[in-house]
Amino acid sequence: MNDRTINVRIAGLGGMGVLRSSLILAELAFRNGLDVKKSEVHGMAQRGGSVCSDVRFGVAVGSPMIPSGEVNYLILMEEADLPLYQMDLSADATVFTASQIPLTRLATKRALNIAMLGLLSSELDFSQDAWRDVIHDYLPPKIHAANDDAFALGRAIAQGEKQ
Amino acid sequence: MTRKFLMGNEAVALGAFHARAKRGTGYPGTPSSEILDVFNRLGGAAAWAPNEKVAAEVALGVAFAGTRAFVTMKHVGLNVAADVLFTAAYSGVDGALVFVVADDPGMASSQNEQDTARYAVAAGVPLLEPADSQDAYDFTRLAFAVSERWKIPVLIKLTTRVCHSGTVVVPRPEDAEAPVAKFNRDIKSHVMVPGHARPAHRQLRKKLAEIAEWNIKEGPNRRIEGCGDLGIITAGVAFAHAKEAAPDAAFYKVGMSYPLPMKNLIEFCNDMKRAVVIEENDPCMRDAILAAGGNLSHVSEEMRFGELNVHRIRGLLSDDTPEVQPVPSGKPPGLCAGCPHDRVFRILKQNDCIVAGDIGCYTLAALPPLEAMDTQICMGASIGMGLGLRHALPEKDARRVVSVIGDSTFVHSGLTGLAEMAYNVPKTGHVLLILDNGTTAMTGQQEHPGTGRTLDAEPASQLDYAKVAKAMNIPNVFVFDVVKEKDAFEQALKNALAKNELTVIIARRPCVLAAARLGAQKKPKGGAL
Ligand SMILES: Cc1ncc(C[n+]2csc(CCOP(=O)(O)OP(=O)(O)O)c2C)c(N)n1
Ligand code: SF4
Repeated sequence: MNDRTINVRIAGLGGMGVLRSSLILAELAFRNGLDVKKSEVHGMAQRGGSVCSDVRFGVAVGSPMIPSGEVNYLILMEEADLPLYQMDLSADATVFTASQIPLTRLATKRALNIAMLGLLSSELDFSQDAWRDVIHDYLPPKIHAANDDAFALGRAIAQGEKQ
Repeated sequence: MTRKFLMGNEAVALGAFHARAKRGTGYPGTPSSEILDVFNRLGGAAAWAPNEKVAAEVALGVAFAGTRAFVTMKHVGLNVAADVLFTAAYSGVDGALVFVVADDPGMASSQNEQDTARYAVAAGVPLLEPADSQDAYDFTRLAFAVSERWKIPVLIKLTTRVCHSGTVVVPRPEDAEAPVAKFNRDIKSHVMVPGHARPAHRQLRKKLAEIAEWNIKEGPNRRIEGCGDLGIITAGVAFAHAKEAAPDAAFYKVGMSYPLPMKNLIEFCNDMKRAVVIEENDPCMRDAILAAGGNLSHVSEEMRFGELNVHRIRGLLSDDTPEVQPVPSGKPPGLCAGCPHDRVFRILKQNDCIVAGDIGCYTLAALPPLEAMDTQICMGASIGMGLGLRHALPEKDARRVVSVIGDSTFVHSGLTGLAEMAYNVPKTGHVLLILDNGTTAMTGQQEHPGTGRTLDAEPASQLDYAKVAKAMNIPNVFVFDVVKEKDAFEQALKNALAKNELTVIIARRPCVLAAARLGAQKKPKGGAL
């Protein structure tokens, strides 16, 4: 990983697992020895409103919020919300959308957030084992298998698209 | 010690735990609510109080007993606890007392964006402003030390972005044991009658002068040299944004912002070609530095509105006419599917009621699609304001007025409103609905004295709203399950509106989220972070 700070925004509606997946990503970067900052606004999240969480990692991160125009990766779980975040994207940003994941191939649609981390994982330097360890630490054991599959699906889709 | 990745609220809880705080009290309020839960999980003694004033009084009692206590709340909670703070500043404490107060610039989930820094100045208590989780941890530990050294309550001002941002923390070894609690009869310090309060006020000013000296020499402030003309004085999370917005600038990062390390700040201003203050909310540091003769350049008044970020600070520093940032409006939150409040407000709407409302999940009923709440100002206001409307409106409209309050809010500040209702009765009588969903839903489903459970889910005495209303001589008191007894509830409401009498209706039905959560297991104590 180079010195550049990587800025990931995860966005969706309350109840979709936005906060959980941003926690997993931040913890992963943290365990890899990086400086990490994560920022989100709670409160209304549980009542179905729009929520987003910023995760920034690198050698030394400044603000906990991604400055406008500097989002490198946007994970968009609610596609209708794209206009809310568009002006914050960097020129070469990658946007992952929920429509990239065929819902029929998920054991449960609640694993969509982890499938979308699978999409993102193809762009980052963290090992698959490291991803799996954090995901297992942050989800209850009885849903590990479903989420491992979801993650693998997302990763395979992103790698397929890259080729 | 190993490094940890913690949210600001977790870092405060860990700091209090490592400082061996004997007790943490508080009342929930976003963004402060997680602190006590985490403190409890770590193994600390934590409890929810009925409101912030009572919470602060309990904590002050612990501190009078010679040991360490802290109390948590959101910014508006300090309005409720202010009576305690102002005179506790005079009395001082025998042990340590820390107020942890969370501001919400930008109002992510609050009714105003008042600045707690004003309270520190008004009451005369030291104020610490963490910028990130490391500061939140360090300053919590420092707050206990300062409080114990000078026998003075200390305020920590958090903000939404500190509370709910995760950053890396390196903790320090825990304190040795906290002082053992013992009763110290000291009537002169502990009983604030005028004869005792007059010297106490002088004593307070003496302590503050000493703390100011200490803050200049060894306070938690940091000067960072830059390589340009610009110098930025800042505090709290604004530091993190400003450092990214202007990496070449020199910085004076203030950690203790009251009493300010003024000598250092004036020096800093004098060393810079151009010095500015970047602070969220009210221009407290700016005004103080200007009053002390500091040489500051102008920054637009826009700064006091909403939350700062890197982009806004770049604009403020380049003195662009700062654009008013459109608040991105995504999907607004709404009541959950199956929420019992939804039933109640539909019925109120159908009956053309004027609804004096209150704060909680049910405030969402003021927004589309329901638009069935007519007033909301602060916790508990529904009852007094409903009575005021009844007193003033012509009879036909007065009859339409209903006060609606949540259960947690009723316990917080509705009891005195109900006493007023029983005492000064409007000509048309009045109707109060207590929405008993068995939880403090809005802030994440905390327990309260009406739920029958303590913070750590132990069984507790349960306040009986119907008995309270009867004890206050309300003639008509009903309890309905608003789902199972919907029609009976509506009929009772219609009858009550038609009469010139006082009626209290308890609309009982559990919050659907809390009901799901109660099935979940009790959290284990003594866990690690
Ligand atoms: C003085 C003060 N303290 C705390 C809050 C935060 N707060 C808003 S509403 C509320 C309580 C909501 O509980 P309840 O009245 O039971 O309604 P519910 O959300 O369960 O519907 C709290 C703690 C506040 N706005 N003001
Ligand atoms: S959290 Fe509970 S009270 Fe709040 S909207 Fe949902 S069901 Fe209603």
